[in-house]
Amino acid sequence: MIEILEGRKSQVMVKGGADETVACDKVSLAGSVSQRACVFCGSRVVLYPIADALHLVHGPVGCAAYTWDIRGALSSGPELHRMSFSTDLQEKEVIYGGEKKLYAALSELIEAYQPKAAFVYATCIIGLIGDDLQAVCKKVSAEKGIPVIPVHSEGFRGTKKDGYRAACEALFKLVGQDKGAREKPLGINILGDFNVAGETWMLKEYYRKMGVDVVSCITGDGRVDEISRAHTAKLNVVQCAGSMTHLAKMMERSFAVAFKRVSYFGLEDTAAALYDVAEFLGDADILERTKALVREEVSRIYPQIAAYRKDLSGKKAAIYVGGAFKAFSLVKALRHLGMETALVGSQTGSAEDYDYLKEICAEGTVIVDDANPLELARFIREKDVDLLIGGVKERPIAYKMGVAFCDHNHERKTALAGFEGMLNFCREVHASVMSPVWRFAPARIHRYKRQNPEGCDADAKYAAC
Amino acid sequence: MLMQNTRPAERAQRTFISTRNACKLCSPLGASIAYRGIEKCVPLIHGSQGCATYIRRYVISHFKEPIDIASSNVSEEGAIFGGGENFKKALDNIARQYQPSLIGVATTCLSETIGDDVKFYLEQYRAGKAGFGMPEIVHASTPSYRGTHMDGFHEAVSAVVRALARRGEKHDGINLLPGFVSCEDLRILKSACEAFGLSCTILPDYSETLDGESWQEYQKLSTGGTKIDDIRRMGGARATIQLGTIGTAGESVAAWLERKFGVRNFALLLPVGVMQTDRLMEIFSELSGLPLPGQLAGERGRLIDSYIDGHKYVFGKKAAIYGEADFICAVAAFLEEIGMVPAVCATGAKAADLKQSLERLLENTHPGMQAIDDTDFASLEGICKEAGVDILIGNSKGYWLARRLGIPLVRAGFPVHDRIGGQRLAHLGYTGAQQLFDRIVNTMIEHQQNSSPVGYSYM
Repeated sequence: MIEILEGRKSQVMVKGGADETVACDKVSLAGSVSQRACVFCGSRVVLYPIADALHLVHGPVGCAAYTWDIRGALSSGPELHRMSFSTDLQEKEVIYGGEKKLYAALSELIEAYQPKAAFVYATCIIGLIGDDLQAVCKKVSAEKGIPVIPVHSEGFRGTKKDGYRAACEALFKLVGQDKGAREKPLGINILGDFNVAGETWMLKEYYRKMGVDVVSCITGDGRVDEISRAHTAKLNVVQCAGSMTHLAKMMERSFAVAFKRVSYFGLEDTAAALYDVAEFLGDADILERTKALVREEVSRIYPQIAAYRKDLSGKKAAIYVGGAFKAFSLVKALRHLGMETALVGSQTGSAEDYDYLKEICAEGTVIVDDANPLELARFIREKDVDLLIGGVKERPIAYKMGVAFCDHNHERKTALAGFEGMLNFCREVHASVMSPVWRFAPARIHRYKRQNPEGCDADAKYAAC
Repeated sequence: MLMQNTRPAERAQRTFISTRNACKLCSPLGASIAYRGIEKCVPLIHGSQGCATYIRRYVISHFKEPIDIASSNVSEEGAIFGGGENFKKALDNIARQYQPSLIGVATTCLSETIGDDVKFYLEQYRAGKAGFGMPEIVHASTPSYRGTHMDGFHEAVSAVVRALARRGEKHDGINLLPGFVSCEDLRILKSACEAFGLSCTILPDYSETLDGESWQEYQKLSTGGTKIDDIRRMGGARATIQLGTIGTAGESVAAWLERKFGVRNFALLLPVGVMQTDRLMEIFSELSGLPLPGQLAGERGRLIDSYIDGHKYVFGKKAAIYGEADFICAVAAFLEEIGMVPAVCATGAKAADLKQSLERLLENTHPGMQAIDDTDFASLEGICKEAGVDILIGNSKGYWLARRLGIPLVRAGFPVHDRIGGQRLAHLGYTGAQQLFDRIVNTMIEHQQNSSPVGYSYM
């Protein structure tokens, strides 16, 4: 039996149990093996897809090496974001300061790659040795004539969420820089979609069909110039609310751009997102075209889902993802497939997020904040789930336990957003759940025997699937 | 052969101050992998939460196994007032959650720079727990601004041996320090020892912990790994064989065992290819008093037979090898053995003696051979182009290079993030060379086949 650490107990709850609150927004417990990364990680993932900017990680080599080509965020043009640049600080610079090296690195890289802007990420050590990032960035910006923006993402200064915030602050320095850009009365910005596997392009296509102008995508297939005129849009449509709401709020305050939180995962949420935008813009034609689009897409996709539902109905799922908003959509999307969610958790959910999860999940569902591998393993076993949805670090937990897995991280190569994405999602889940390989997995055989204690030894192996 | 003793190998200077697409990783990663090769060991990275998580993600993507690495999660407060409290809390929570036999501590740039005295924390911690059952705790200093993952790896192995090995009773066993090799390589080494009837302590041995079977019940810590009792007995062993010694600084742990306990020390190149493997087998022979066992002689014979079958497809082809210094030196020697040219030998680590090491161990001087340390993948593009390289041999991070150059890549070493089975790639011993040779030859054939305008179905 895997015990939950004393310091973690308040972050785990069962719906319908004695205490239905989930403590959250806490720093990870030392030694608990959190699945979260750090402040730097939060900033890096948000800014990563801006393809024509230079992303220079100021610090020792690890932080840059581990985030080289880390997301499946595609670009329709330049691909500078897919390179990993580091000042690769050595002991000498840690003692005498890294400003000189930073200045030299920035200068040579801007010269060589001619980016539209540069982001300079501070790692742990920068906060300790006291490099004046601001001053170096300002100097290089003046010399090279492009925005050079420091990102205050020292790893130890909070959690991944603080990294999102630092990224938003950095982005906000670009927003509004294009002073000449004209207002777009029917314009929106897509916030919090990162064009993983081309998802931003799918969304843009929906909006094109609806007659909505997409002013900028922040940050999927992102461009510096586009972000500089993002203030001309009427509405920020915010997915991945955990990371991007801060930017939306700053833009609302400074540029009166309204914002709406949406999700593009699942038919229901995608349709709701598009309707929300159409209704906000208040244009009758747009609304008509949106209805037509949703009708067409749903009637195309829905019948195809039925076949998957037949196989998947009644299976149980576990979800552990970075942001809680994604979890909401997944719970709903799984329900379309006839699957109940028995365990759901996130790295960075807020109290409201967990309240909402509690609302949409069935009695007995385990809800967990900032889980660790052993907790996930325990509940997967306890709840006898058939599927885990998560990222790279969760995958081997599922596989070792003979449980199917669906990648919903940012390295994936399959688009899961939008209408088409729902179909891909069904295929992904189906391909793993229905695979015949599970019948060989000892955990599956064991589980089958556990559930069927009467005379099943001989054919347990084949029945386990 | 087209090799002359005219021009010396070149050592290129780096042209960029920044590192672009690094060809190295940071030292806590190497330490964590080494620690995971010890039975029931949990690595603890003393630093910010991200270090442990990034390293886990990176390592999991290669091994495809659960890899739990704890973090002391030093916060802003810790950075100012010291990370001792968090460090001790982490030790407590690891002990509670995992019941490990060993906690392997690796420091980071954060904890080293704030001046945390881990040794002192450990003394305090041990004093406070006197009388309670406590895991062993060892500590390696691995700030990421010093050296690379290889330094971290060796540092951790060294820390474990120095903390645990005792003079103890003399015994017949040998110590084998394989370096950072694949799980399959470890199994190859183990089976060779067994064939010679040698009892052998391999440290670290993650052949099972990082490449395990499918489980019946979830294991908090995967089975396998070097036993702590065996590490304690290393001081009484007959000999230590240390592989892949190129690129290590300071007194090696094998040299320490010799100085401290008089354990004979053999230092060898990683045994890639016939000649290097023969040298290891000679040592095994000497230590066991037995000739090469039939099974291994058979493997050797088949390997040589295949060399002959495949030699024409690789003769004179220029390869770029990149990765850890010991890996590239061993592979360079192997390539020379099969008639290929190690045209570019590159590492991201600082290894000023790389050129000399290569010159010493290669039989021929290869005109224009580039031996480059302290480099990165972006710099390698121009270097490989200029050298007219036909094939790349190294980890999967060379994928972009191969794609841009339009030449094939044979995946070897660590990491392999874009294929399954990275942990099962073999490089060492006769069977490892066999697998590597087949892969290189077939990759050359496939590339030629794919480039043919008409295609063909016989070689």
